[in-house]
Amino acid sequence: MPSVTLTAILPEIILTALACIFLVAEPFVPKEKKEWMGYFSIGALICSGLSLFTLWGRNITTFSGMITLDNYAIFFKGLFLVVSMLAILISVRYIKIEEINFGEYYGLILFATVGMMFMSSAADLLTIYISLELMSFSFYILTAFMKRDMRSREAGIKYFLTGAFTSGLILYGIAFLYGLTGATDLGSISAYLSQHNLNSSPMLFVAIVLLVAGFGFKIAVVPFHMWAPDVYEGAPTTVTAFLSAGSKIAAFSAMLRIFMVGLGSSYDSWWQLLWLLSVLTMTLGNITALVQTNFKRLMAYSSIAHAGYILLGFIVASRIGMAAVLIYSVAYAVMTLGAFTMVILLCRQNSRGDQISDFKGLARTHPAVAGSFVIFALSLVGIPPTAGFIGKLFLFNAAIQGSFYWLAIIGILNSTVSLYYYFKVVMVMYVQEPQDVAPLSFSPTLTVALCVMSFMTLFLGLYPEPLIRAAVQSVQFFL
Amino acid sequence: MIPLSHFLILSAIIFTIGIVGVLTRRNAILILLSIELMLNAVNINLVAFSHYLQSITGQIFVFFIITVAAAEAAMGLAIIILIFRGKAFLNVDEINLLKG
Repeated sequence: MPSVTLTAILPEIILTALACIFLVAEPFVPKEKKEWMGYFSIGALICSGLSLFTLWGRNITTFSGMITLDNYAIFFKGLFLVVSMLAILISVRYIKIEEINFGEYYGLILFATVGMMFMSSAADLLTIYISLELMSFSFYILTAFMKRDMRSREAGIKYFLTGAFTSGLILYGIAFLYGLTGATDLGSISAYLSQHNLNSSPMLFVAIVLLVAGFGFKIAVVPFHMWAPDVYEGAPTTVTAFLSAGSKIAAFSAMLRIFMVGLGSSYDSWWQLLWLLSVLTMTLGNITALVQTNFKRLMAYSSIAHAGYILLGFIVASRIGMAAVLIYSVAYAVMTLGAFTMVILLCRQNSRGDQISDFKGLARTHPAVAGSFVIFALSLVGIPPTAGFIGKLFLFNAAIQGSFYWLAIIGILNSTVSLYYYFKVVMVMYVQEPQDVAPLSFSPTLTVALCVMSFMTLFLGLYPEPLIRAAVQSVQFFL
Repeated sequence: MIPLSHFLILSAIIFTIGIVGVLTRRNAILILLSIELMLNAVNINLVAFSHYLQSITGQIFVFFIITVAAAEAAMGLAIIILIFRGKAFLNVDEINLLKG
């Protein structure tokens, strides 16, 4: 009888139980009181976070090696809890305006969060697959949540079909990896691969290509990125924000564990593939973003480019590279959520607010909002003193230390290109005359979220020591 | 006893049919069916490996894939019905409000 340590999944148990209770209680909450579901969901996330906090520093492997709880997992779980809390804070008013004010919305966000949390601590291909699907299924529904809006439905079916196709690819890769090594847990796979030199085995190559393609779809790297702009544009903006921040980082957290722990000993057979994808993703993402007129599409291409930067940390495959991935994930989550909050503010009864021209003259009418967008834009480009700068500094530093000079140069050039399209939006806000004088969709929760995100972006840029220390402690168990 | 390679070739053929189906079919339900073909090719692969390696893990994996595939089909059909209500046709070429 294998031993089971339930404390290792206590935060997820709390979140799942409370999410189930919410779903049952939802029909009894009157229509005009649905926002309470949002507040309760935040309470659930805080409860889960408190139980997570007590686990820091523990190293538990349980469920026959399927779940590992180490600092790495806790770091990402904490990040997912914060991301989903911010996503709920910016949703409360928005889903009323879009008339999708249902309690299930919050339930699905909680279930997606549970999926992400399991992904970061899954140490077996089976648990990785199940948690990936738990997260993706919640997102398929959330994407198509605006039932009356044709764009949202279209985004839903596009995301669903590509997502299901992707899981087929990942599974085929897993099947080959299992056939080759006779195990699905990452520890045994790694042990087998380091004992047998299989670097020229075609089966290993096929497995790696399929896994890279499958996860490449989830994190939207070129050439598997086509779904992202359409889904980002069509989905409800709050879902887009949660999708781009949460689901992408969750896929990265699982991928990092697969490639560093499971496939770490056959590094030579995958780094060139990721190198190529990283360069393609950074370059194409940034160049295509230059010509966008829709802000959500622009952010989609920007998030594709950011996936390219994060892949740098994989290619370096050193402890500092992995710490850089963790630091960049935090910075990326905060600044992306912040940028999408602008669209949520601009979404009013009469306009969707997702065109760049909707930002006209925002600095004149709402200087504080425009100022916070400037902070996010600076961070997205990677200009000090912001979180994005620290993230990029660590990534490029890791690349240079690992003697990947070309990769660092291409990354820095790409960051320069990205300056143009982020500051095109800033220019529209500051130079042009305001057009629409309708008030912005402010709500107390959104104001809190916007303040927190602006503060975190600046704070992590000015005083990054705690974040760096946590990231370094989180990757100590690897390599 | 049938050698392992026969199973692998069968599963590769079914998987390829599935991929080609996803890429060429224009009806959303047929795309969904092609995806199911891909998943079942994976199942054949896993069961064959599991038998060949004398390890039970692969068969347990198959149970999970079957369950998740059922959930996936249910959700896919729900989303397809949403589209159908608005448009009354299922050709994915005509789902083109969002231009990529």
